[in-house]
Amino acid sequence: MIRAGDSDDGARIVAAVEQAAAARKPLLVVGQGSKAERFAPPVAAARAERLSTLDHCGVLHYAPDELVLEARAGTPLAEIEALLARHHQVLPFEPPRLRGAGTLGGAVAAGLSGPARPWRGSIRDAVLGVELVNGLGERLRFGGRVVKNVAGYDLSRLQVGAFGAFGCLLSIAVRVLPAPTLTVTVHQSVTSEAALAQLAHLPARALPLTGTAFVDGRLSLRLAGAPRAVLAAAADLGGERVEGDLLWPALRDQQHDFFRPGDVRWRASLPPGTGALPGDAQALLEWGGAQRWYRAADAADAGNERLRGTDLAELGSAVRAAGGSLVPFAAVPWAQVSGPRAALQTRLRRAFDPHDLFSEAAG
Amino acid sequence: MDRAQVIKQLQAIVPADAIISDPAGCRPYETDGLTAIRQQPWLVVLPETEAQVVAVVKLCAELRLPLVPRGAGTGLSGGARPHEQGILLGLSRMGKILELDPVRALARLEPGVRNLAISEAAAAHGLYYAPDPSSQIACSIGGNVAENSGGVHCLKYGLTVHNVTGVRVVMADGEVLELGGGSLDEPGLDLLALLCGSEGMLGIVTEVTVRLLPAPAVRQVLMAAFARVEDAAEAVSAVIADGIVPAGLEMMDQLAIAAAEDFVHAGYPRDAAAMLLCELDGVLAEVELDASRVQALFESCGATQVEHAVDPQAQARLWLGRKSAFPAVGRLAPDYYCMDGTIPRAELASVLNVIGDLSRKYGLRVANVFHAGDGNLHPLILYDANRDGELARAEAFGADILRACVVAGGTITGEHGVGVEKLDGMCVQFPPAALAQFDRVKAALDPDGILNPGKGIPTPSRCAEVGGMHVHGNRAPFAGLPRF
Repeated sequence: MIRAGDSDDGARIVAAVEQAAAARKPLLVVGQGSKAERFAPPVAAARAERLSTLDHCGVLHYAPDELVLEARAGTPLAEIEALLARHHQVLPFEPPRLRGAGTLGGAVAAGLSGPARPWRGSIRDAVLGVELVNGLGERLRFGGRVVKNVAGYDLSRLQVGAFGAFGCLLSIAVRVLPAPTLTVTVHQSVTSEAALAQLAHLPARALPLTGTAFVDGRLSLRLAGAPRAVLAAAADLGGERVEGDLLWPALRDQQHDFFRPGDVRWRASLPPGTGALPGDAQALLEWGGAQRWYRAADAADAGNERLRGTDLAELGSAVRAAGGSLVPFAAVPWAQVSGPRAALQTRLRRAFDPHDLFSEAAG
Repeated sequence: MDRAQVIKQLQAIVPADAIISDPAGCRPYETDGLTAIRQQPWLVVLPETEAQVVAVVKLCAELRLPLVPRGAGTGLSGGARPHEQGILLGLSRMGKILELDPVRALARLEPGVRNLAISEAAAAHGLYYAPDPSSQIACSIGGNVAENSGGVHCLKYGLTVHNVTGVRVVMADGEVLELGGGSLDEPGLDLLALLCGSEGMLGIVTEVTVRLLPAPAVRQVLMAAFARVEDAAEAVSAVIADGIVPAGLEMMDQLAIAAAEDFVHAGYPRDAAAMLLCELDGVLAEVELDASRVQALFESCGATQVEHAVDPQAQARLWLGRKSAFPAVGRLAPDYYCMDGTIPRAELASVLNVIGDLSRKYGLRVANVFHAGDGNLHPLILYDANRDGELARAEAFGADILRACVVAGGTITGEHGVGVEKLDGMCVQFPPAALAQFDRVKAALDPDGILNPGKGIPTPSRCAEVGGMHVHGNRAPFAGLPRF
């Protein structure tokens, strides 16, 4: 049940965390549950107690002339984006609405950014402050509603992508941006090598880009901003021109055919400008080539390590040689580290959550 | 701890000329930009390589020796104040630009590289590094990471954290971590965000990779005069609400305007209650459109005069006044006290009124100069240290201003950092549980507390007193360094 409107469930959430701390019982924070299929929860999640944020919702503060919005964690993204749209503003990081749903808390916790990531920044770049309940049941605020704030450690940006490992987010303040006046997409039929070569040279050109995607032999580039600049850039790039292309929401929400359930196996995150890698011709390349998705060779076989168009081991080596990372599609990213870094992360988590209430379910 | 013994162990790690122990040699390291706070270093070490940094950190870890890192020493909160029984680790000899990739628009730098030097090197490729703190001709990129530095252009282009893509950092146990790599994200928690603004307390940065941006095709500046401060504040809000994100948006009040005009003759309206400087950048078509919108908005908010500067000379003239504001104000009194706080833009007019009331209460004049676009204030309190009690009154005035910033929903420091100067302000801004959370984070990364101890996070028992940058006789620390 998705609650609309304004509801403060903070006291109950704090009480639930206090009880879990006393009982040493792990917690699984759940908003709308939109990430549940995308990220495979660890086995431990089954015995965790579910802690819902849905009744902790509502926009707390929205000042269009300050480019700031603060909302409770359980506020649906749809509600926030509708409110912003009425004032011709947007969330710059285009959070995915997986399964068509999602809350602000979930977006921040999962740390997923949409197609505009390289040009509009990530969620972490937009976060100004958070309130959370840590594993001791303490309700704490870090950051605030202003961008220029260097008092204390940046514990608010640290929450992004942590899947709630430090505690249950109660509210988040984010920077918003004016909505672009005109958005146009150009499509070009090219090979993956040609697409990547073109993409590699884009950073140094002052184009009003907000998205790039290559899939099935077609490179799409989204231009957004003032009409004159957008149309001039579209003419400069060349290709078939479309206004208001639904390709981008489909990519953002992973509803595009490429993401047919079970098909996508691996995500590569690469330095911008990385050239062609084995399997790119059958892959989905986003973020100017900095985010690439690879499909399984055989969708029917869940354990299959063969990839469409390439060998996994070969791809892994190539990604690492390029300075990037290759992570299984369903893996929780923050936990994919080992050695001294993993030990440090454990110590850092326990600084917030000494009894590991939040980490078991978080990955 | 026997200093001679430590020197001997250091001699096995770094060249002899990298160790400074004589008082004269140590003197430049006694203080940073906050010269009221001086402490003779016990030892100064100036490594040239990451391997040397690692070895020094490991030695300090072994001996439980405090380690205070220092970039260019231009900081304004005493963050690089030496420890009386510790090592002052200066990174200025690590000043190489390791790599500049004009196609990928990235630069890989040693921590001692000067902020402006990055843009100077990138200029040959039509690129620049956007975060531009006012001390940029001298401050170091490593220091920028430590303070999460901003500058005039951070309104549009973000802080250091928004422009750094990776670092190499030596942790308190000597372990080297590579954070951020070259990709837009990497597996693991966002330790890079945690490190930015951590004031040398969580690790020593030995390499920084930054994002470069194409230099804007066009820049234009609008200057507007207002008869009331409220009108100028409203104009700031109006510009942002209209969907324009200026490259910079600065405000000065009457006292600051008059001082600057008398000093450099920038063509400012001497009698205006407030003045705005708005910089727009981008392609010509967009800038022209935005400039006409901004002009119309300024006029609709009651601007009594608007100047639109298109050519570089006119722009430089307008900027000169703003950039000279601190020394200009410094001519008005023997001393001034520079504060740094941030408030939500909507509170600008009301906080300025509070500052005006406090000025009357304390009997001290104050000039206001700020990054209006992001609400980052720099009130300059004028006083005479030779007059009985004026210094104390100035400090009390400053503390009240910071308290007002917190009450208005802002923060005690927008860009200068906490260091030692704002430890008491941290008590005003954060409750004990939050301070304890900061302490536990520190303990997780630096269990023995050897990295820059005594800075940034106050102990629970500390009393409330806030501070700022003192300027005596209009001779600011680093007098040749622009401060605006």
